[in-house]
Amino acid sequence: MKLPEPRGEISDAVVDALRHEPGAPLPATFSGAADPCTDEDLQLTLMLAYEPHYRGFDGVDENWEWDLGLLRLRTSAERHLEEALRAATGPPAPVEPGEVARRLAELAAADDGPALGQHLQTGADLTQFREFVVHRSIYHLKEADPHSFALPRLSGRPKAALVEIQADEYGGGRTERMHAELFGQTMTALNLDPAYGAYLDFVPGVTLLAANLMSMFGLRRRLRGALCGQLAAFEMTSSLPNTHYGNGLRRLGGDADATRFYDVHVEADAVHEQIAAVDLCGSLATQEPGLCGDIMFGAAAGLYADRLAATHLMRCWTDGRTSLRRELDS
Amino acid sequence: MSATVTPYEDGPLLLRGDFEIVTPDGDRIEQEGATVALCRCGKSRRKPFCDGTHKLVGFTAPADREKPLS
Ligand code: FES
Ligand SMILES: [Fe+2]
Ligand SMILES: [Fe+2]
Repeated sequence: MKLPEPRGEISDAVVDALRHEPGAPLPATFSGAADPCTDEDLQLTLMLAYEPHYRGFDGVDENWEWDLGLLRLRTSAERHLEEALRAATGPPAPVEPGEVARRLAELAAADDGPALGQHLQTGADLTQFREFVVHRSIYHLKEADPHSFALPRLSGRPKAALVEIQADEYGGGRTERMHAELFGQTMTALNLDPAYGAYLDFVPGVTLLAANLMSMFGLRRRLRGALCGQLAAFEMTSSLPNTHYGNGLRRLGGDADATRFYDVHVEADAVHEQIAAVDLCGSLATQEPGLCGDIMFGAAAGLYADRLAATHLMRCWTDGRTSLRRELDS
Repeated sequence: MSATVTPYEDGPLLLRGDFEIVTPDGDRIEQEGATVALCRCGKSRRKPFCDGTHKLVGFTAPADREKPLS
């Protein structure tokens, strides 16, 4: 993917440095984000620091992935983000390992985001639906990748559970069934560019947050509990909304290819939510009771990020403006 | 290889292993992944598969054999 446009002083310095050899000077710390969860400069800086661990940026030296200066800056930005997420979600109530799966279900059930699914099903116009897809493309085009980072950090039953989920996400090893590929089909059907990262410049920081928090949890072994909790919360709040998304796209004229991503997720995530809550998080909590708090934190943080993003979309649409940083070509 | 059926608390039955889902006429019912969730709350709109509706209707069931009324 192409290097994005900077969104502030720090991301400007990072974009500039990435055009040079690794070791080019970078700010040592990130400071001055009023709300790290939605700060454009901080979220883009994190995206710039994470992407070298995934597919990288065109023309950028691949050794930037382990550049000490970039890692130091990233660590500083992550500290702000993690603090903000922990503050926003509050200290997780103490929970026994045997209770983790049930508590995750309660947390997911209590989640009261704005009625984004309902709106997309019954009210949204095609412009809004395409915007929704553009926001989601940041994560869905690398769907499941952040969670793959957890595999070598788990063992026994939690590891088997994550493999069972990931195998589905990656289409059982068949390219045309990979969820990221199905999402590309949906984008193509909507006359959007399915290329990885094509819309990075279009989406606001609150959209980058959802992907960045998965990368932060995924790349830091210390946060493996949070990564698993986030995955569980994601899967547990997926099958019902995906029914709405699929119905909404059908209402707007989408054919079976266009809606396949959503249709597949209704059934797939009904499976994944059980595996993620019980077999992954439940057994991880039993194996490593010290992770119980972080499992609940990760779940709460993921739901919080989704709620912020949904609130942004609904607010913009209610005000009659685009939810993107720039309008899409039709 | 064999198949297993696992009841998940307050949720569906997960089917794993070597199985086919067929209509009474023997026609194959296509499934998405290798593991499937079968609705046991009766309210799914994707039967025989679970679509998450059990969470909206307060369905409860244990993850084990239900105990007889005492
Ligand atoms: S058991 Fe999930 S919808 Fe019936
Ligand atoms: Fe998926
Ligand atoms: Fe999933």
